[in-house]
Amino acid sequence: MRNASWVVVLGAGAFVALLGAALGQDQLFRTHMWLLTLVLVLATVVMLRTLRFSPAPAAQIPFKSAQDDVQYMDTVIRYGTIATVFWGVVGFLVGVVVAAQLAWPQLNIEPWFNFGRMRPLHTSAVIFAFGGNALLATSFYVVQRTCRARLWGGDLAWFVFWGYQLFIVLAATGYLLGITAGREYAEPEWYVDLWLTVVWVAYLLVFMGTLMKRKEPHIYVANWFYLAFIVTIAMLHVVNNLAMPVSFLGAKSYSAFAGVQDALTQWWYGHNAVGFFLTAGFLGMMYYFVPKQANRPIYSYRLSIIHFWALIFLYIWAGPHHLHYTALPDWAQTLGMVFSVMLWMPSWGGMINGLMTLSGAWDKLRTDPILRMMVIAVAFYGMSTFEGPMMSIKAVNSLSHYTDWTIGHVHSGALGWVGMISFGAVYFLVPKLWQRQRLYSLRMVNWHFWLATLGIVLYAAVMWVAGIQQGLMWREYNDQGFLVYSFAESVAAMHPYYVLRTVGGLLYLTGGLIMAFNIYMTIRGYQRDEIAMGEEAPAPGTVSQPAE
Amino acid sequence: METYNAMRTFADSWGLVYLMAIFIFIIVWIFRPGSQKHVDDAAQIPFKEDR
Repeated sequence: MRNASWVVVLGAGAFVALLGAALGQDQLFRTHMWLLTLVLVLATVVMLRTLRFSPAPAAQIPFKSAQDDVQYMDTVIRYGTIATVFWGVVGFLVGVVVAAQLAWPQLNIEPWFNFGRMRPLHTSAVIFAFGGNALLATSFYVVQRTCRARLWGGDLAWFVFWGYQLFIVLAATGYLLGITAGREYAEPEWYVDLWLTVVWVAYLLVFMGTLMKRKEPHIYVANWFYLAFIVTIAMLHVVNNLAMPVSFLGAKSYSAFAGVQDALTQWWYGHNAVGFFLTAGFLGMMYYFVPKQANRPIYSYRLSIIHFWALIFLYIWAGPHHLHYTALPDWAQTLGMVFSVMLWMPSWGGMINGLMTLSGAWDKLRTDPILRMMVIAVAFYGMSTFEGPMMSIKAVNSLSHYTDWTIGHVHSGALGWVGMISFGAVYFLVPKLWQRQRLYSLRMVNWHFWLATLGIVLYAAVMWVAGIQQGLMWREYNDQGFLVYSFAESVAAMHPYYVLRTVGGLLYLTGGLIMAFNIYMTIRGYQRDEIAMGEEAPAPGTVSQPAE
Repeated sequence: METYNAMRTFADSWGLVYLMAIFIFIIVWIFRPGSQKHVDDAAQIPFKEDR
């Protein structure tokens, strides 16, 4: 009768959601609750179909089967990997759509698919759906391997996975319906936030529980980064989303903070979402998958420890640099700037540690496109962690802020660092998880690598030009002290850049589609007949030799 | 405002000392004599057991 309790819980949940749909105070809440009811009823039906009423065979009756202690819990990681690829493609696709909407405003289809609703859909899809699933899957994989222990909590890991997918679906549908808290990277409304809190606490329990029952005395540094990510995101999420709902059966809520305190809370959250979600978590990935793929231990384990503590201590203070020249007190702005500049050091320490792991093995880059992906990820990490501190300097910020330069910076970090290291991890994981000898095609990984890299370079370069032009146009005065350009003129000037940016995004999306196909074929067990990387195709006319 | 002042005075005095002390301790600790073997072992963890 495995799963029986899940059926009961899901059924009860569906009923509660139905009550919400019936008694909701506003139309949006009722629509959202109908959606939730539908999802939960479907989940209940799926779970009902897994129920077996025949008694368990005698061998399985002991409370702890011997197998449970030995084997790693990998099925949930397989699901997580597939979810990563799926949400990645969805997120990139929505990104291309919003980029096109900026270039051609006619593409804004009201009310559900206009830019204002699609943009949070894009950011949440890539950060929380793609990045979040990558972090869930890899953290579960890494913590088991480096602790030599099965995941703690049994089915709790499944609750974390499916609970997180439910959060994604509720957030995404809410944005399109027009439900938003209006907080950057934290747009879901209060009831979705509460649900994420529950899921996140379960995630923390699974991770901590596994660490507690580890058989390896030392906790490997990758787990430190993952744990820092989980704990800090819990804190950030709870504080940033403190709010009072208008009604407990309504979608709308109001923040517990007001004015500049609210702004600072949001950017304290927002920048640490970058620091702990998109950096610390993915550094955990780097510290496991780069050594594994290169088959060499990390360059300096001591440096990794200094990297960890310096990064953790500094990142949390950097948020105010998002509020330069605002109502935020001057000392707080300077504090944010100084800490951002100091952050450069641990960031580059980490980059050097990742890159130097390959010293003596650089030739592997010629034949291993997966390693190449990880190395370009670390290189982009170094690039964007130099650009970030530079942009946080007030004088630079006065030119760059509110321009597309910021968008370019975010994307070189997100597409270059987060995306590439996740692709590398996915390519590493899939053959292992499905017990395949190798990927379907390494040549396709190489195609993915080049499409993605070209896409990022095009995107970032175009956004630099666009952003600096925007900034210069906005501050251009004539000799009588009047602004030379109206705002609308600076918008019109962006059109060619926005078109080019869409092309960059398309390249990146194409790479993602190639990955999805490659992963699908690998899981199905196919191997593409191809010339190994680094070898030449046989010259035309030569007779192929029979093997052996 | 008094709570604010008290908290920020604490943060930029004892709080700062506390965090700096932890950080300096960690650096001293990882470079302590005889730690080389420990860090070398720790770096090998990903290769120990993988199924």
